[in-house]
Amino acid sequence: MAKPLCLHLSAALLAAASCIAPAAEPEWPHPLKSGSEFASQDLRRLQADDFANPGMLWVTRGARLWSEPAGASGQSCAACHGDAAQSMKGVAARYPRVDPGAGRLVNLEDRINLCRERNQRATALARESGELLALSAHVAHQSRGMPVAVTLDAQTRPSFERGRALYVARSGQMNLACTHCHDRSWGRKLAAETISQGHGNAYPAYRLEWQTLGSLQRRIRACYYGLRAEMPPYGAQELLDLELYLAVRGSGLPIETPGARR
Amino acid sequence: MVARVQLPATAKAGELIEVRITIQHPMETGFRFELGGKPIPKNVINSLLVRYNGAQIFRAEMGSGIAANPYLQFHTVAKQSGEIEVAWIDDNGERGVEKAALAVTSG
Amino acid sequence: MLKRARRRFFSFLAGVAALPLLAARAASGQPADPFADLVRKITGGAAVKPGRVTVDTPRLADNGHSVPLSVSVESPMTAADHVRSITLLSPRNPRPLMATFHLDPAAGRAQVATRVRLNGSQRVLAIAQLSDGSFWSGVAEVEVTESACLDAT
Repeated sequence: MAKPLCLHLSAALLAAASCIAPAAEPEWPHPLKSGSEFASQDLRRLQADDFANPGMLWVTRGARLWSEPAGASGQSCAACHGDAAQSMKGVAARYPRVDPGAGRLVNLEDRINLCRERNQRATALARESGELLALSAHVAHQSRGMPVAVTLDAQTRPSFERGRALYVARSGQMNLACTHCHDRSWGRKLAAETISQGHGNAYPAYRLEWQTLGSLQRRIRACYYGLRAEMPPYGAQELLDLELYLAVRGSGLPIETPGARR
Repeated sequence: MVARVQLPATAKAGELIEVRITIQHPMETGFRFELGGKPIPKNVINSLLVRYNGAQIFRAEMGSGIAANPYLQFHTVAKQSGEIEVAWIDDNGERGVEKAALAVTSG
Repeated sequence: MLKRARRRFFSFLAGVAALPLLAARAASGQPADPFADLVRKITGGAAVKPGRVTVDTPRLADNGHSVPLSVSVESPMTAADHVRSITLLSPRNPRPLMATFHLDPAAGRAQVATRVRLNGSQRVLAIAQLSDGSFWSGVAEVEVTESACLDAT
């Protein structure tokens, strides 16, 4: 008789826990630490050096693209948005978010492309292309220092739940889930590296391993590869759901774009 | 090619100044392969020249041993106001130039 | 009789098993000075004196794709006495000659920094040629490890 009672009680507690705001999720890392706290002195210095940080080359390129006319409209981003330092301040911190026009969750890169198609009447830039990354880095850089603050509401909750399910699901030959490293083992060593909490606040980031700047989706794909799991393709719903989950989980961390990571 | 040159905005004549350069370039080693197995041809910035009001102050011969998106830092002594010009060429023959102005006040 | 044959067979097996190990040891045997040939190419056989050259690089690199490296040479950097060039060498890279930096006498300070690719843990060598034609060298030991998680993106 005692066993079923215990089970009922724990089920009730679990149900109660999932209704509480995400900040109460017990397995999330406390305190929240950006990836830079787990990086070497060289990488921290590199990121802090606005000249030497290779990611700033993309921000520079993005700033140039910002002022270039595009598409049938002949308008540049600047034509509508003026100085990005003013108009884009805080924007990246809110992504991923639901775009009313598209009626679906989009990340920053998606939103830039939607703007190009709708307002500039230009073709969308290819995912992970130099131009799209440059614009994304430039826009996100304008939110540097501002806390990640995405919206979790009735519209975004399904994506958040899917993201959470992916985050705790074992996958790949290694049969591991994100949570095993980034919730349970952050701060511990994996070979010569210190495991981070797996936040996305520094993305797009310059990864030494990539020898270039890349998006958060690329970083998540890299983790799948690390597990010897099939990588979801760029633009896959799974990657977007994970981006949202990560943003909620990392709420409050400062945007660091462009980050410098190994 | 995006490139940046960093100098102090102003310097006194005779002052030691630091010059820094970053260039967006893959410095492709020639040892990498595409996903399909096709080799990616070598293409690195092999030569870089820095002139200060036309006079050469620094020259670099580089190979695939220099990391992608090359970073260079060196010194020069401020003499007269003018321009520091960085010019480079890669294995494909593509050239790049980036300039920065230097204002030199008499110390 | 069978015991002796078995003993002989097993000692034969042991000998055969040892062969790959011995071969590996011989093949991996580094020459006494891995820099000798490289250096000869740079200096044309002239003597290289260790000293005056400091190579500054992290003891443990984050990633072999991009390792910060700074070389400074003690020199008054006058027209009469200055550093003409600094050459960076990596004995383990597929192309050991990484870069040569040519300095102007009026550089003021003989110090150059860059970021290099290092193909594994090794000692990096910097050779400076002075205006009097002499060569000086400095080394730094760097550990370069593989990424904990491989990335094929």
